[in-house]
Amino acid sequence: MKAFEYAAPRSEEEALELLAPEPGTSEVLAGGTDLLGLMKKMIVTPSRVVSLSRVASLKRIDADSQGMRIGAMVTLDDLLAHPATAKYPALEQALRGFGSLQMQSQGTLGGELCQRPRCWYFRGGHGLLAERGRAVAEGDNRFHAIFDNAGPAKFVSPSRVAPALVALGATLRVIGPEPGDETQMPLELLYRTPKDERQREHDLLPNQVVAQIVLPAADGRRSAAYEVHHGAGGQDDPIVSAAASLTMHGNIVADARIVLGQVAPTPWTSHEAIRAIVGAPVDQRTAEAAGEAAVSVAAPLSHNQFKVQLAKVAVKRALLKAAGLQTGGLA
Amino acid sequence: MVEYTWPDRKDSSVLGGSHDKVDGPAKCTGTAKYSYDITPPKTALARALGCPHAHCKIKSIDTAPAEKVAGVVHARALKKPGDEIEWQGELIAVVVGETEGAVAEGLAAIKADYEPLDVFVNEEDLDAAEAAGRARKGPGKVQLENEPGDDEDEDAFEEKEIARLFREAAAVVEGRYGIRAITHMCLEPHGSTCDWQDGKLTAHLSTQNVSGTPGQFGGPLGITADDVTVHCDYIGGGFGSKFAADSWGVLAATLSKDLNRPVKLMLDRDTELKIAGARPSGFADVKVGANSEGVITIWDSHHWSTGGMGGGSLSQDVMPYVIVPPNFRRRTTNVRTNTGPTRAWRAPNHPQGCALSQTAIDDVAAKLGMDSYELFRRNLVNVPEERRKLYEEEMKIAAKLMDWKAKWHPHGKGPKDGSVVSGLGMAIHTWRGGGHPSSCRVKIHPDGGVEAFLGSQDLGTGTRTVIATVLAETFGLPVDAVKVNIGSSKYPPSGPSGGSTTVGGVAESSRHAGLDALAQLNEKVAAKLGAKAQDLVAKDGRISDKNNADKGLSWKEACGLLGMNPLEVTSRGAPGRDSKLSSSGVGGVQMAEVAVDRETGVVRMKKFVAVQDMGLVVNRKTAESQILGAMIMGIAFSLFEERIMDAKSGAFLNAEIADYKLPRLGDVGELVVEIYEPEEERARGVIGLGEPPVIGPGAAISNAVANALGVRVPVLPMTPKQVLDTLKARGA
Ligand SMILES: Cc1cc2nc3c(=O)[nH]c(=O)nc-3n(C[C@H](O)[C@H](O)[C@H](O)COP(=O)(O)OP(=O)(O)OC[C@H]3O[C@@H](n4cnc5c(N)ncnc54)[C@H](O)[C@@H]3O)c2cc1C
Repeated sequence: MKAFEYAAPRSEEEALELLAPEPGTSEVLAGGTDLLGLMKKMIVTPSRVVSLSRVASLKRIDADSQGMRIGAMVTLDDLLAHPATAKYPALEQALRGFGSLQMQSQGTLGGELCQRPRCWYFRGGHGLLAERGRAVAEGDNRFHAIFDNAGPAKFVSPSRVAPALVALGATLRVIGPEPGDETQMPLELLYRTPKDERQREHDLLPNQVVAQIVLPAADGRRSAAYEVHHGAGGQDDPIVSAAASLTMHGNIVADARIVLGQVAPTPWTSHEAIRAIVGAPVDQRTAEAAGEAAVSVAAPLSHNQFKVQLAKVAVKRALLKAAGLQTGGLA
Repeated sequence: MVEYTWPDRKDSSVLGGSHDKVDGPAKCTGTAKYSYDITPPKTALARALGCPHAHCKIKSIDTAPAEKVAGVVHARALKKPGDEIEWQGELIAVVVGETEGAVAEGLAAIKADYEPLDVFVNEEDLDAAEAAGRARKGPGKVQLENEPGDDEDEDAFEEKEIARLFREAAAVVEGRYGIRAITHMCLEPHGSTCDWQDGKLTAHLSTQNVSGTPGQFGGPLGITADDVTVHCDYIGGGFGSKFAADSWGVLAATLSKDLNRPVKLMLDRDTELKIAGARPSGFADVKVGANSEGVITIWDSHHWSTGGMGGGSLSQDVMPYVIVPPNFRRRTTNVRTNTGPTRAWRAPNHPQGCALSQTAIDDVAAKLGMDSYELFRRNLVNVPEERRKLYEEEMKIAAKLMDWKAKWHPHGKGPKDGSVVSGLGMAIHTWRGGGHPSSCRVKIHPDGGVEAFLGSQDLGTGTRTVIATVLAETFGLPVDAVKVNIGSSKYPPSGPSGGSTTVGGVAESSRHAGLDALAQLNEKVAAKLGAKAQDLVAKDGRISDKNNADKGLSWKEACGLLGMNPLEVTSRGAPGRDSKLSSSGVGGVQMAEVAVDRETGVVRMKKFVAVQDMGLVVNRKTAESQILGAMIMGIAFSLFEERIMDAKSGAFLNAEIADYKLPRLGDVGELVVEIYEPEEERARGVIGLGEPPVIGPGAAISNAVANALGVRVPVLPMTPKQVLDTLKARGA
């Protein structure tokens, strides 16, 4: 780890003043479960670390009939324990997926959404795009992207909560770059597929911070998250996940959002799957067809064909689960 | 004349009971100090720089910039220009500093320049290895019942005879099987804190070999082993990779000598995975023939494997494994890859041999539509005669615990629950596990206190508790009345803990020392009581006359007869043919039940049964724990663990805990352990157990998956990728 300056501001304004505008010079510290490892390996080498742990406004959860406002520094455990979370099954299920006491009690929602990709070329010190994508394309890409991977970025978005939150229509309150500045944006727009090494996997300026995650009222939407892991125990990053959120008219899907995780450099909204399911009832056949539709645009790399199958199944099972039907498979 | 035997089962007080680990509380509460925890005052921290390239020549290396970093005390190159590096992570420079941060910055400041050389890491692809000039023929063996005629060419006869045997076989199975390389993944990485003072060295070394390592430090430092003390009270995993001081251990000692202060050098996680030991992979083309009864009549295999550039690859003699037909041929090829050298890994060679051959044998059952249990049972004619009955009995017990009969269905023909299918599989294994040379010093204090001293080590297996149990039994005391001191090279020597030799070794030496000491104490007690020494028994805290129980002394009173000084006796164990205390050679049967989701390729362990013999059981609880641990470790290499290398650069891609997949508790299912200890087994004495139960899981679990799917997933680990890729390739 490179020596660094540690700052623990007490307000949003102070935090923004302490963050530098140049990329890589300062880093935001939330729970630290990811950042510290990256710093130890010197994948990131900030000269200043700005901890948000004392900024009270970022630790609140407010819930009412309008929805839920979740501070970025709320821990995954506290979020899971909040009664309002149960109204958003996709979120609750994604949070339960962690199954790790340490990660849940130390990790924060903001950190979970902004954690860096797990790509082993990135973590091995070759940069996020690793030889402009060549290292991944010609190397072991079994866990890499099957969508949106034609450019140099072939890593996958690691967040397991983001697909659920995007499916639930979450927006963000982002603060900065200047103290007092703030922006609202759909969570989906936080993420981007970088084109060169100067870009990160999200759209924030170095001195912008995710302050709140805002969920609209659940309004009878039905939702669910489904993950596939290495084992049947679940305490591990998913290989592929999917979240679905549905508005039903009788037994017909009037509106749907279907978002996959770990399949593209960003959480991947599958418009193909949405088109396939809207206007139909959810059953084995239609859910399966939506899964097929989702992967109709997949472009697997040399070693990750199996993820196409997993993506198809994850979409199918997320839909069945959201509709309250049996998903099948190893529960 | 002392007779070195064990008491009968009915006369045993603590021997064979179930005792908590004597060091359990210390480990659970964190008061146990592992080598990594030992930091004497003024310790400087050292970290070594691993070469980022898998194969290269060092062009230049400059450590001067590191020395300029604040907090860095010293930096030196470990390689010079022109040196060739043959695997990623090999240590090329070291930095010593006051803080971890300073050392890390120092390492980053080192300037090195490399000339890249050709890299080869994919031993699975034998054609590619041959094309790259990396494959070399290894030893092999042919055994045929018939002999060539006098003027017949031997090679031609061999081919003809093997072809004939396959022609006459009722069922022939041909396939390619594999098991990928894994690393030892010790939770506590390799390393030491070395403290040089006044020409003497104390090394706090994370080691499986306390007594054997002092000389490895002494030589390079120009001192003799008597001036070296190696300490290791607790070790966080070794599994066969921690027998030596290692170059980095000697480096820490040298740095301590040069800098005149203690130096701690533990490998960091990725370096640990890259250079500190791996288990050789194994891939095999197997052809096996059986008669219509399912009895294997002919075996022909060619296996290849890598030991990296410096280690051993998979040995020839584990193919075929345990079930060895009268006619077989095996050939081997060694592949040189730019990967860290392999080291012994728990039951070296056996897990691979078992996984490569008992899967092929199970495929014969599939081909004949036969119950795998029946096929294995019939093939007991092909196991060494002295263990036929043992396997048969263990198979019966395992089948009952698994409810095999009720659950069995032919391969691929079980009921389907949507996309989920279930299956059963089994495997049998063997291991030697005879005791190693060991000496034990027993000290009986006049106040009744008892201590033992052995230059042994407790790998977490329960060695301390075993020694305490043996001495407690010998003296008629409770287990916690015996204080066991191990983990120092200054104690009477014991062998390294490898090959499942420790329990036999220390049980021998501590029983010998205990009985020898008791004989001396009994002389005094006999004189006092007016009894015959040979009539005295030590039991329930008393020494008394076996003919007259009222004639006796409490243990404390008896020890009071020693006078001012403790009684001290050092004895050597005498394992071997004539020993009644220990023996060698075990079997073992394992059965797995799995569920497989055909849509996701996820395999779930439902139930896993292990029936294991080990001669006489000293401590049931730690014995069961050993088996449970081995089963989990077996689940790991069957379903999760593998070393993943980048074919182009030779980088070890998943050299990190988060990426090196291991099972979580939720992944292991129901584990059932049954220790097989009938009188005839118990009478054999103590036999090692650490390794045997880790041998069978690969084949048992693979066979269960094959039974569920009706398709063999030929390469371990059977990850979702492996399962789905296989199903796709087989069009299933
Ligand atoms: C060893 C290991 C094992 C793991 N295992 C699992 C697992 O099994 N399952 C699983 O799902 N996940 C796993 N994870 C990932 C884990 O979920 C994340 O590390 C965690 O959620 C990150 O949260 P944090 O609060 O600790 O973030 P931090 O580490 O503090 O921050 C992560 C990143 O986000 C940035 N950041 C944090 N907060 C904000 C904000 N408000 N605005 C802008 N940027 C911000 C930081 O600068 C940093 O770059 C694992 C991680 C590690 C290191």
